[in-house]
Amino acid sequence: MEITAIYYLIPALIMFCCGVYGFITRKNMIAMLISLELMLNAVDVNFVVFNRFLFPGQMEGMFFTLFAIAIAAAETAIAIAIIINIFRAARNIDVRSLNEMKF
Amino acid sequence: MDYSQFLAMKQEIGLLVVFLLVFLYDTFMPRSTQKGLPGFAAVMMLLLTAAGFCSCCLGASCQTSAFAGMYESSAVITAIKNILNIGVVIVLIQSIKWANSPAMAMRRGEFYELLLVTLFGMYLMISARHFLLFIIGLESASLPLAAMVALDKNRYESHEAAVKYILTAVFSSAIFLMGLSFVYGLTGSLYFKNIYFAINGQLSFLLVIAIAFVIGGIGFKLSLVPFHLWTADVYQGAPTSVTSYLSVISKGATAFAFLVVMAQVFGSVYSQVWEWMLYALIILTITIGNLFAIRQRNMKRFLAFSSISQAGYIMLGVIAFNAMGVAALMYYVLVYIFSNLAAFGVAGAIENACGKVSIDDYRGLHRSNPKLSFAMMLAMFSLAGIPPFAGFFSKFFIFTGAINGASTAIYVLVLIALINTIVSLYYYLLVVKAMYISEEESVVPSFRSALSERLGLWITVGGIIFLGIASCVYTSLLDVTDMSALNAYFIK
Repeated sequence: MEITAIYYLIPALIMFCCGVYGFITRKNMIAMLISLELMLNAVDVNFVVFNRFLFPGQMEGMFFTLFAIAIAAAETAIAIAIIINIFRAARNIDVRSLNEMKF
Repeated sequence: MDYSQFLAMKQEIGLLVVFLLVFLYDTFMPRSTQKGLPGFAAVMMLLLTAAGFCSCCLGASCQTSAFAGMYESSAVITAIKNILNIGVVIVLIQSIKWANSPAMAMRRGEFYELLLVTLFGMYLMISARHFLLFIIGLESASLPLAAMVALDKNRYESHEAAVKYILTAVFSSAIFLMGLSFVYGLTGSLYFKNIYFAINGQLSFLLVIAIAFVIGGIGFKLSLVPFHLWTADVYQGAPTSVTSYLSVISKGATAFAFLVVMAQVFGSVYSQVWEWMLYALIILTITIGNLFAIRQRNMKRFLAFSSISQAGYIMLGVIAFNAMGVAALMYYVLVYIFSNLAAFGVAGAIENACGKVSIDDYRGLHRSNPKLSFAMMLAMFSLAGIPPFAGFFSKFFIFTGAINGASTAIYVLVLIALINTIVSLYYYLLVVKAMYISEEESVVPSFRSALSERLGLWITVGGIIFLGIASCVYTSLLDVTDMSALNAYFIK
């Protein structure tokens, strides 16, 4: 059996949708952050697969993935710092406790 | 490698120098001189703005690009960067009092450094002609902002706002990147130009999804309506100086970058794909922003919803899809910077003096603080678009730009926007009514605001009145866009 691009793209899409689902349903902020990571990683897989299978002559997608990973790391670092601040102030990281301001 | 291409990035390098000077000042100057840091940053930024205007070479000859076309600079791009610089100078001047308060003593420098870094990101975002550079710009414009929102460590709202901001920002950039990966899969390149030629008006299902994702991702940053829910909370929770920066500079830069992406990447499928997407978004944004603004009692939340509906008006310049729309968008951003910063300046001055943030606290303000309430009234009139002031002309030009396209659907859109202007008049005038007509005794005591705050307000009020009179500003912007390379992409 030959492994074609679709065998990578479908799991990446599933991963992305799991990320969206997790982001919307999870109540723990760290779990939400993990869901976001899932979404970003699905994007990385997409880029690499498109590059490898559709445009093997160039490296643009690979390089983009490298930068996307770095950016995702930066995002996580800032988000974790802010969540730690929240934990210090409220003693929990339940997203339902973020209800000081409402519409 | 040809190092001379860095010279194309004059403005970025200038900004980097300002950043380094502020950073060195913050790190190495003795503690006794640290109170001078905000003023130093404002002066440096003012010099950079002046330099930007001096080097602003008009004409197509200053079209330069660097890094194999990843970075591009032209007269239009210089103009929008200058406009952002003006706004940043005003924000910096207005923030001096707040930054020198005792609570900020430990993290005064961080505010200025993070602010300059985000501005650098916005520069890159505007100049990028390759999605790699664009993403780096977008992220370095939005991630440090989360840290700035969380700057007020002693207030719980500040943390709450920051976590709401960072989670939605990352979520939206994930959506944006997903759309981008589809675009890459379709076209095999990340250069704006190559994608444009690869798409070449050909529709595909994947392309529609990709464009929807891209609009969704940038729409989050612009707070267009289905993606606006973070806006009010973040504006309320963040320190007022950060809020004013977030609402004018960040929004203006993103709006222009959005225009560039839509025209130079997806311009060939304008009428088939994204015209109607943007059409729906604009109607929703203007209407819902207005309706929610009516019921707000907190001044910063009120300005948040007002800025949502203003973002809808700014998007009219994108859907116009012609040179006049670009000029009108830039002019709108310029006027919006002055009007909104005047409103935030008054709100910030009152908050700094006595901690009052509710609109109800503004009742009878004109008896205790006549000058502040006069500035606020001008800001409200300008935001609402009442004739002698700049806000009227910016709305006028953006409507004219939009109906230049002359399809019936756009006429209907402009009509809806016009009706919404009347709705917005109601809630802007509610503030004026509270200040001037209400008979109650003011809860805000009479106070004299700090020199920096007065200076900021004088500049903004002067800008509101001057831009309403001086037609040369808009004409010069129109001249600049007429010669722009952007024009080649406006084919319907």
